[in-house]
Amino acid sequence: MSQSLSFRAMAIAREAEPVGSLSEVKEAGLDREDLLGIYRNLLITRGVEERGHILYRQGKIPGSFYTGRGNEAAAVGVATAMRSDDVGTPLHRDMGVHIVRGVEPWRIFAQYMGREDGPTRGKDGNVHMADMRLGLIAMVSHLPAMLPVAVGAALAFRIREERRVALGWFGEGSSARGDVHESMTFAGTRKLPVVFVCDNNQWAYSTPTHLEYATEHVADRAQSYGFEGVVVDGTDVLAVYREAKRAIEKAREGGGPTLVECLTLRMEGHAVHDDAFYVPKPMFEAWAASDPLERFRTWLRENASMTDDEEDEIGAGVKKLLNDALQRAEDSPMPDPSELLDGVYATPEDLDTPHHK
Amino acid sequence: MAELTYLQAISDGLRTEMRRDKRVFVIGEDVGVYGGAFKVTLGFQEEFGPWRVIDAPLAETAIVGGATGAAMMGMRPVAEMQFSDFVSCAWDHLVTIAAKQRWRVGTPVPIVVRLPSGGGFSGGPFHSQNPESSFAHIPGLKCVCPATPEDAKGLLISAIEDPNPVLYFEHKHLYRRIKGEVPEERYTTPIGKARIHQEGDDVSVVTWGAMVYTAEEAAKQLDGDGVSVEIVDLRSVMPWDKPAVIESVRKTSKVLVLHEDTRTGGFGAEIAATIAEEAFEDLDAPVKRIAAPDTPVPFSPPLEKAFIPQVDDVVAGLRELAEY
Repeated sequence: MSQSLSFRAMAIAREAEPVGSLSEVKEAGLDREDLLGIYRNLLITRGVEERGHILYRQGKIPGSFYTGRGNEAAAVGVATAMRSDDVGTPLHRDMGVHIVRGVEPWRIFAQYMGREDGPTRGKDGNVHMADMRLGLIAMVSHLPAMLPVAVGAALAFRIREERRVALGWFGEGSSARGDVHESMTFAGTRKLPVVFVCDNNQWAYSTPTHLEYATEHVADRAQSYGFEGVVVDGTDVLAVYREAKRAIEKAREGGGPTLVECLTLRMEGHAVHDDAFYVPKPMFEAWAASDPLERFRTWLRENASMTDDEEDEIGAGVKKLLNDALQRAEDSPMPDPSELLDGVYATPEDLDTPHHK
Repeated sequence: MAELTYLQAISDGLRTEMRRDKRVFVIGEDVGVYGGAFKVTLGFQEEFGPWRVIDAPLAETAIVGGATGAAMMGMRPVAEMQFSDFVSCAWDHLVTIAAKQRWRVGTPVPIVVRLPSGGGFSGGPFHSQNPESSFAHIPGLKCVCPATPEDAKGLLISAIEDPNPVLYFEHKHLYRRIKGEVPEERYTTPIGKARIHQEGDDVSVVTWGAMVYTAEEAAKQLDGDGVSVEIVDLRSVMPWDKPAVIESVRKTSKVLVLHEDTRTGGFGAEIAATIAEEAFEDLDAPVKRIAAPDTPVPFSPPLEKAFIPQVDDVVAGLRELAEY
């Protein structure tokens, strides 16, 4: 198993075990089809970002470009554990959440390129997007600011006594901000149905973890807010799924929040301009050996007897999906400058959505 | 109609909406058991229960951010800042998320943030500010500033009904000093429509909030000089009723823009600039501004009196314009 979790005496949060056998996975509620679906979503997630990177180098993406390489399993694992009427606030390393929830890749490429058919119609860029119909709330650059929003969604569910859960994502860098403290304080005191997911990729831009928090794990803090914290190897999609599922269902049953910390390494720079020279090379090498896609592929072959044919079929399907998506996105027009002024203020008709009924 | 104080009218508006619409809930510090620092929500928790009148931890970011998330899920939160000054801690959530979400991704954020504002009682630098100009500058937010009990109720109901984030600046100095007839039934007061507080022919005062009454006192003194003053109460600064202001300027040809907030970059500057752009030919005198000086709000009474525009200051300004 991964070298990633260090079991030092100081840790307070529970450190999750890896997932082993197929029977264990079945207990967690996944059948073989689900597993192949997860693999496919992992491939799409990485594929979207790899294609995006090419588009960027071709000069087709204005501004900067961010990926979540290394975080695919964390994002896909958590999102797979969500129920369709749950909601969440995924961030820029969480492409997998958008993919699992059903955002079409061509819309993501259109978003990257500032086209009319991106979810924001060119008004915002990169992963600053979300489809509310799929239960996703669009992030802002002030990443920890999304946690109070997730808590507010959970508050709405609690007031209405709905058995729904909100998921709020943040990074270990964000953990330093007051928003995180306020969110966890409020959610803890009111036992709100929210799961906090920390994408701990160990580098907040160039800042290492020991300069962001002084505890062993970010999840160690959970105890001080009155709920459980768990650290999971974020390259182990099944372990992430299992821990997220537990936390989500606990919240649904009225058990209050959980902080799930997914430990990964950000395998690229903060954004395309950053070569991450400050990350020690051995660190990259160690984590490359624990690549989430390769790890799950191997697991599927060894534990779920994924055949060559199945693997090829999934791979070819994803390739076609992405090729078609790229074409469709490139065919999407640039927004018309006249749209600039549209929608600064909402109209009553805007409230005619499933969430406002 | 009943005679209510400005504060009672706010409570009445809020209670009316909470009885009518189960989606409306209140969240803030000490709003439940205690009934709010100014008692606007006194008795609300008994009537609506602890999950619709929520005592939040001392966490403005969580209050406004939480209201934003709840609104996205179909609720109609009314968040209370105990004092408008504390909204600085929730700036990010109003400006970064609530204001931009509709434009960016099409998600409306129908929240109301109640902001007890203004000075005049030695509240000092952190319990007296009028931060409406800062927020009026942010595309996507609405800012309302009622001056009368009738508007306090009608504008609050409009704010709750509005599909946008609305900042509701309620002036603390008016809470118990100002009484007026307030219809008992539910009604709305349109956001963005000014009210002519008093008609006049010689000089216009464009103002809002507590300064409406300062202008009224000053206008009484000018009556004796035979100068007739028109007072335009904007009622909201974003959106603001440009046509009503221009119309008044065309009528009187002289205008004083008055506000309690500090001068530089205050919303009066926007009004003065607009008048210069759109009604220059109608003016018989330069546009005059009276506002607080560019300092924090002081504590000690003589200093605070020197800070907040007084009736005498407005009288002098109006005389200057009348004689121009």
